[in-house]
Amino acid sequence: MRPPGPVRLPSPARSTTAGPYRRIPRPLGVLIGVLIAGAALLGLVAPGLAVSQPAPTPPTPAQPTPTPSNQPTATPSAQPTAPAEDGLPASGTLRNDDGTLLSGVRVQVLDSSGRLVDDDLSDPRGRWELTVPQPGQYLFRIDQESLPEGVQVRQGEVPREIVAGRPSPVVFSFGAERTSLESSAISQVLRVLVDGIRFGLVIGITGVGLSLIFGTTGLTNFAHGELITTGAVVAWALNVSLGMHLIVATLLAIVVGAALGAANDLGLWRPMRLRRSGLIAQLIASIGLALVLRYLVLIFFGGGSEAFADYGGQVERDYGIIRLTDKDLATIIISLAVMVGIALLLQRTRIGKAMRAVSDNRDLAAASGINVERVVLFVWVLAGGLAALGGVLFGLSELAGTVQYEMGFNLLLLMFAGVILGGLGTAYGALAGCLLVGILVQAFAEIIPVDLKYLGGLAVLIAILVVRPQGLLGSRARIG
Amino acid sequence: MIDFSTLLSNGVTQMIGPLAIFYALLAIGLNVHFGYAGLLNFGQIGFALVGGYGMGISVQFGLPLWVGMLVGIAAGVALALLLGIPTLRLRADYLAIVTIAASEILRLVTRSTSMTEFSGGTQGLTGYGNGFLALSPFDDSRIYQFLGVGFRGQELWAVCIGWTVVGLSLLLVYLLVRSPWGRVLKAIREDEDAARALGKNVFAYKMQALVLGGVFGAVGGIVYALTIQSLTPDFYSPPQTFFTYVVLIIGGAGRVFGPVIGAMILMFVFSITDNFLRQATDGGNPLITFIESQDIGAIRFILVGMALVLLVVFRPQGILGKKEEVLLDAR
Repeated sequence: MRPPGPVRLPSPARSTTAGPYRRIPRPLGVLIGVLIAGAALLGLVAPGLAVSQPAPTPPTPAQPTPTPSNQPTATPSAQPTAPAEDGLPASGTLRNDDGTLLSGVRVQVLDSSGRLVDDDLSDPRGRWELTVPQPGQYLFRIDQESLPEGVQVRQGEVPREIVAGRPSPVVFSFGAERTSLESSAISQVLRVLVDGIRFGLVIGITGVGLSLIFGTTGLTNFAHGELITTGAVVAWALNVSLGMHLIVATLLAIVVGAALGAANDLGLWRPMRLRRSGLIAQLIASIGLALVLRYLVLIFFGGGSEAFADYGGQVERDYGIIRLTDKDLATIIISLAVMVGIALLLQRTRIGKAMRAVSDNRDLAAASGINVERVVLFVWVLAGGLAALGGVLFGLSELAGTVQYEMGFNLLLLMFAGVILGGLGTAYGALAGCLLVGILVQAFAEIIPVDLKYLGGLAVLIAILVVRPQGLLGSRARIG
Repeated sequence: MIDFSTLLSNGVTQMIGPLAIFYALLAIGLNVHFGYAGLLNFGQIGFALVGGYGMGISVQFGLPLWVGMLVGIAAGVALALLLGIPTLRLRADYLAIVTIAASEILRLVTRSTSMTEFSGGTQGLTGYGNGFLALSPFDDSRIYQFLGVGFRGQELWAVCIGWTVVGLSLLLVYLLVRSPWGRVLKAIREDEDAARALGKNVFAYKMQALVLGGVFGAVGGIVYALTIQSLTPDFYSPPQTFFTYVVLIIGGAGRVFGPVIGAMILMFVFSITDNFLRQATDGGNPLITFIESQDIGAIRFILVGMALVLLVVFRPQGILGKKEEVLLDAR
């Protein structure tokens, strides 16, 4: 049986609410919406263009962390240089697992017979470049002797086939072995739990917006990830190019995110609702919007990871039972405070109650005098601001203080997993589900290779649909 | 200066080239899913991935090429069953989320360093398709030209096979949708409850449609992997599915020839805009200065995104479609 979906019924109440907006010529409105969304992004990200790379962080001897959550990778930098007459280039950047760049480390390349072909010391930006005489299989390795005090290499030997005319980035990963026995089992579990809660809270503050949008309008918003990316990129641009402190930059990014959310609703989704576009049409349109936004960010921001100017390379503090960096602790506190704020908003304020009412039954809410379109606009503003904040926190705590153009899309599927786990359309369910997904993802990272760690969340998504499709707190009527 | 004759001949080459075949096959599958059965599959690229990699990995482990192809198709069937069982009883957007998640899982697993000995990791696989090239009747050392369009011998062989497969697939879809089976499928798309009331097993029909469309996707992956002779995991990323949706919606969902027309139009437009921008930003006195050459690749994604939004808003039936045949106003 199909339940009466929130948008499906063209009830009289709904048309009256819709009345005043009817005067805008709809096709024009939609077009303007797409343009506004694009233009808003363009104007905001453009300042970032002028900036080159952030200032290189001085190479600090880094604390080896037993956590797998800090992505222990070195950024591969593609070198589009044509093969020189005297050999083929291979290069990379050495980055410790806390994000600091490693300089003065010797990188060697050996040919298939084990003969040393070339070696190089990494420069202050962690960059090294080697040349090999001809295409073929080579072994790249880190000279352990040359490592700074306290830095450990996890994968110090990388075999790589060098092909002419193709860039050959080589990635070494640093940090202590994950299986190190220095920490006890209990502190290991605690570590995973705290990492999971931190990640889950970040997913949660973005996921609650996604869930409220679904609850109030029925839209499955695939462009939500781009709200996150845009927020982080705006904060990065203000932070690095205009030299604002990250906290100020984040506050401004939240304002921009809220404005982008409003622009989304007013420019595209409200006109589409007024055109009586179906939910599937809206879903496909949200994917189109996501593509436009994501690749606009790619053009103006670039394809690499760029670091925030503040809070880089923090050292973990010992809190007795657990060790945390200040930014991780701040991420947890800020997200918890935001969550409590959202709960108070939903429980105590008029607009919060109206949001829950519209989520429960749109037509009944409209009939009892709630201005549904105004509530939906407010939901979009809230979701946009939360997504921007979530983007900055995600970059700070999970991506080692960097911003990437695909970060939002990577988070999107985990958000869906969390929101469906908790119950699509619910606010508290979304929070609970996202928290669980965060913990599961970090727990999975302990047992499967780190480059597969997001699989845990996605597997949960499929599992919950088999077992309990309405989610933990969802109602049976929603799943159709 | 812009060289229009090069633009045009490149455009026509792309229009009948390997990528057009790939998108056409994927879209034929998606047409069965979305156009006829109303299933919102957003992981079509995952079917292409299991098809291509199913073949590539089998051949790598010593099986003959034709067995590899069967393995690829079987992998497509298995993926469809795996996705359909949890989601087909649920609302459409659940299938969308689960399929896109599944296609990402598959991509992440194939590119994982822990899978290098099976899938080649990020480097991918090559060398599995030599048996296919050996069958080529054309001479690879010369370029075959007609009407300004040129292909090397092996490319021409792959393109001929590819369009033959597309033709056979179209014939199959044409026959199926005019059969009683096809009519039930459309009935389910229009009103699931009515079909159920008439005693049809809606779940079984949807599952059959999902499997059939998935097989077309897997075949698309196999044909493309044989054409370009290499499998790289990051080619099989979610935007490819979105391209396929554009192909399907331009051509008209629920129309047999829609996918082919859509694929040709998409590749023609891609080629023209890419080449135009490349020429316009190149040289000593570029026509356009605000776009850098490395950004040109991103522009096609933006075009596709805008096309998706504008199409579903203004012309959901596409160029060929009938509005009443398109399931966009459902739940």
